[in-house]
Amino acid sequence: MLFDLSFIWAGIIAFAVLTYVVLDGFDLGVGILFPFATSERDRATMMNSIAPVWDGNETWLVLGGGGLFAVFPLAYAVIMPALYMPITLMLLALVFRGVAFEYRWRTTRWRGVWDSAFFGGSVVAATMQGIALGALVQGVEIEGRAYAGGWWDWLTPFSVLTGLAVLTGYALLGATWLNMKTEGELQRQMRGYARWLGAGTLAAIALVSLLTPFQDPEYFRRWFNLPGSLFSLLVPGLVALCSYALFQGLKGSRDAQPFLAALGLFVLSFIGIGISFYPFIVPPGLTIAEAAAPDESLMFTLVGAVVLVPLILGYTAYAYWVFRGKINPEEGYH
Amino acid sequence: MFDGLTAETLARMQFAFTVSFHIIFPAFSIGLASYLAVLNAQWLRTRDETYYTLFEYWKKIFAVAFGMGVVSGIVMSYQFGTNWSVFSDKTGPVLGPLMAYEVLSAFFLEAGFLGIMLFGRARVGDRLHMFATAMVAFGTLMSATWILSVNSWMQTPAGYSINEVGQFVPEDWWQIVFNPSFPYRLVHMVLAAFLTTALVVGGVGALHLLRDKTDAAARRMFSMAMWMLVVVAPLQIFAGDTHGLNTLEHQPAKVMAMEGHYDSHPEGAPLILFGLPNAETKSIDYAIEIPKLSSLILKHDLNAPLAGLDTIPDEDEPPVAILFWSFRVMVALGFAMAGLGLWSLWGRLRRQLYDSRWLHRASIAMGPMGFVAVLAGWITTEVGRQPFTVYGLLRTSDSLAPVSAPAVAASLTAFVIVYFFIFGAGTFYILRMMNKAPATRNLGLRDGPVRAAGITPAQQVDRDITDDPTPQGN
Ligand code: HDD
Ligand code: HEM
Ligand code: HEM
Repeated sequence: MLFDLSFIWAGIIAFAVLTYVVLDGFDLGVGILFPFATSERDRATMMNSIAPVWDGNETWLVLGGGGLFAVFPLAYAVIMPALYMPITLMLLALVFRGVAFEYRWRTTRWRGVWDSAFFGGSVVAATMQGIALGALVQGVEIEGRAYAGGWWDWLTPFSVLTGLAVLTGYALLGATWLNMKTEGELQRQMRGYARWLGAGTLAAIALVSLLTPFQDPEYFRRWFNLPGSLFSLLVPGLVALCSYALFQGLKGSRDAQPFLAALGLFVLSFIGIGISFYPFIVPPGLTIAEAAAPDESLMFTLVGAVVLVPLILGYTAYAYWVFRGKINPEEGYH
Repeated sequence: MFDGLTAETLARMQFAFTVSFHIIFPAFSIGLASYLAVLNAQWLRTRDETYYTLFEYWKKIFAVAFGMGVVSGIVMSYQFGTNWSVFSDKTGPVLGPLMAYEVLSAFFLEAGFLGIMLFGRARVGDRLHMFATAMVAFGTLMSATWILSVNSWMQTPAGYSINEVGQFVPEDWWQIVFNPSFPYRLVHMVLAAFLTTALVVGGVGALHLLRDKTDAAARRMFSMAMWMLVVVAPLQIFAGDTHGLNTLEHQPAKVMAMEGHYDSHPEGAPLILFGLPNAETKSIDYAIEIPKLSSLILKHDLNAPLAGLDTIPDEDEPPVAILFWSFRVMVALGFAMAGLGLWSLWGRLRRQLYDSRWLHRASIAMGPMGFVAVLAGWITTEVGRQPFTVYGLLRTSDSLAPVSAPAVAASLTAFVIVYFFIFGAGTFYILRMMNKAPATRNLGLRDGPVRAAGITPAQQVDRDITDDPTPQGN
């Protein structure tokens, strides 16, 4: 069972989505914080801190979508129409934000427009991702092999809450990233924000965790029976540890620690969601095994993934390493 | 805006609209990435400043075009699911893995090395920077390879079987990837990308030659672009012809529509040069034809019989008029490109390459024509596949997601507005950069604002794009 191809793939897709969330999370977060910069110099620094890596970060989203299409086509075919509007809005938002990276340097008169596009696109994309997550947790109506719900099913108080939770969390990632990559006034400013955003994120995690079991009695059962219950015991402790590391790091001069701690919070939340979902891929009716493509497809793609994903991680890490250290606004990449 | 249209029509319009926008950018960036790799390699080899100038110049234009390609591409990969979910469910097991390979082997490669290529030269040194540039170029070619394999499989499906729930399932990956039309389509598309880029580079070079024919960088790029045309345009005509013969074998109805052959011709079919396809009478009005030439081209025999659309059931026919015209536009442009190449060769022989103003004007006029030809070619390919998404097996009407017309209409409207706004602005910025002489240091990229804050000599600071906070009208 453990070596069933579909479960290996569920793990890989989950890994891709998580990687996407933490990587694009911090660069969307930088976009969310963008209007709070007080000078053009700070705005340039903020954008330069992510310019060389954002495209790679977003590619994990393509892998999440493309991977789902490849190995769980049925899940892809159900989720996309179910989340038609949030996905479309997210895509449009990503268009605005993606082009802003280049456009804002091409014009003085319209720079404000592209700065707003960068901010607005980041906010909408983050919120829509959270809403999509909330809508999935609440469950998707399926009939036969197709989505059978309505056009507004995705919009509920719970999904709005998860939308705001993700927005806050991404902003926290962005603030701690900037704390790590910048110096001086900007860094102090971001450190201040990170405290508030950290508190907000923790509150959101608590609220969503409390409400999730009520979205579906199944979730409740999974959380309070083995092996989920093990995790239910561990999680609060680990969350507390990460929070401590976060706030501790914001006080001292260990610039990377708050960012890593914020990443930790995301990983823990993600594992939590995984426990709620398992063994379903689209709750409440579609399991991982049911949605999987035939083994030939899974195997063929797995060969590529096993070879290429480590390679990708390798050169991605290298790219981050090349642009390591504090951003020097005087340097200006060449 | 879209009252009274069915969800299917709207979804088709949305797909056609978004993919047509998308293809414009890859067509340019596939060619440009390779061009940049060549420029950089030449610079490292010869240390001739002109190459460096050109590299920096086109790099900045590439960055904008690539950004637009990426964001419009992400839309594509989700649109399969939102609007064509039944198609996704059925073809996912076969096509999904190919697209996953595209992400793993191409998109990550491009994205991972793009940052180093654009901003990293000083940090990694020349060698690694060259490597990164080559990887970006290689990535764009890989991307084209996989996505064309996907598209070709939809045209000429092979290596599959159909399971009990109606999904296509893989039987033989080799046959799937190397399906019958794939090699032809790949060659034709990559050549198209190179041609498109050569025409743009040539047009920009010509523009600056008209202003200053001593401009070394303008001369260099114009000359390089014209050599490219001389070599590639004839190759493309040959490749297109071979591609057409292959299509005749696998999708005869498409070729009948392209040629405007409503009727069968048992004794040699004429080549219809122009005319007006009439869907009602099922004939070409005012046709100007050359007797038997079509049989000669398609069958290499003047008297070979050619079947017409009268042999195809009406419900399996593609729309003739669109195909008829789009095909002619592409072919006419192909010959025009070859013509421009010949003209430049003639100019070169007479040592007039940098002086012939009419040649330069013609090159500017031809600058955007690669895009037109690419779009025309894709419309031929895709409309010619109708009414199927997987040729002969899965109808477009059976591929649709359970979406309602208002939802698709709303998203289509949003895409139209956003795309025209966003890509309109991007095109404007690209044109404005192209309008500046190649030696302009400051085209306004990240090195613009930061460097302009005091380091760049005053005369090189472009007023429009510097960090100057005072408002300025232009
Ligand atoms: C610069 C671009 C360009 C130029 C000059 C040409 N083509 Fe082309 N053509 C394309 C760009 C293109 C394309 C956009 O790349 C297409 C669409 C799909 C494909 O594989 O290539 C295409 C498709 C395409 C098809 C459709 C094949 C199918 O759908 O099965 C045929 C028959 C031709 N071409 C033939 C020609 C001929 C005879 C040309 C000679 C003048 C020509 N093309 C010039
Ligand atoms: C290589 C990747 C491509 C794939 C996998 C692909 C796939 C599809 C699919 C799924 C549809 C929707 C169903 C349909 O209406 O047939 C479609 C339609 C269409 N595509 Fe493509 N496409 C690709 C490239 C392109 C490009 C580059 C163009 C550029 C012009 C294009 C033009 C169209 C048009 C015009 C339609 C609508 C045809 C019609 O409905 O009459 N396609 N394609
Ligand atoms: C329906 C069909 C298509 C889909 C779903 C699709 C998907 C995508 C996606 C998701 C990206 C962004 C990758 C990133 O994040 O870096 C992209 C970019 C790209 N696509 Fe497409 N694509 C399609 C058609 C095509 C066609 C027909 C070609 C060329 C033959 C092509 C070539 C490229 C290239 C070279 C890039 C890199 C970005 C650029 O050069 O602008 N794609 N595509």
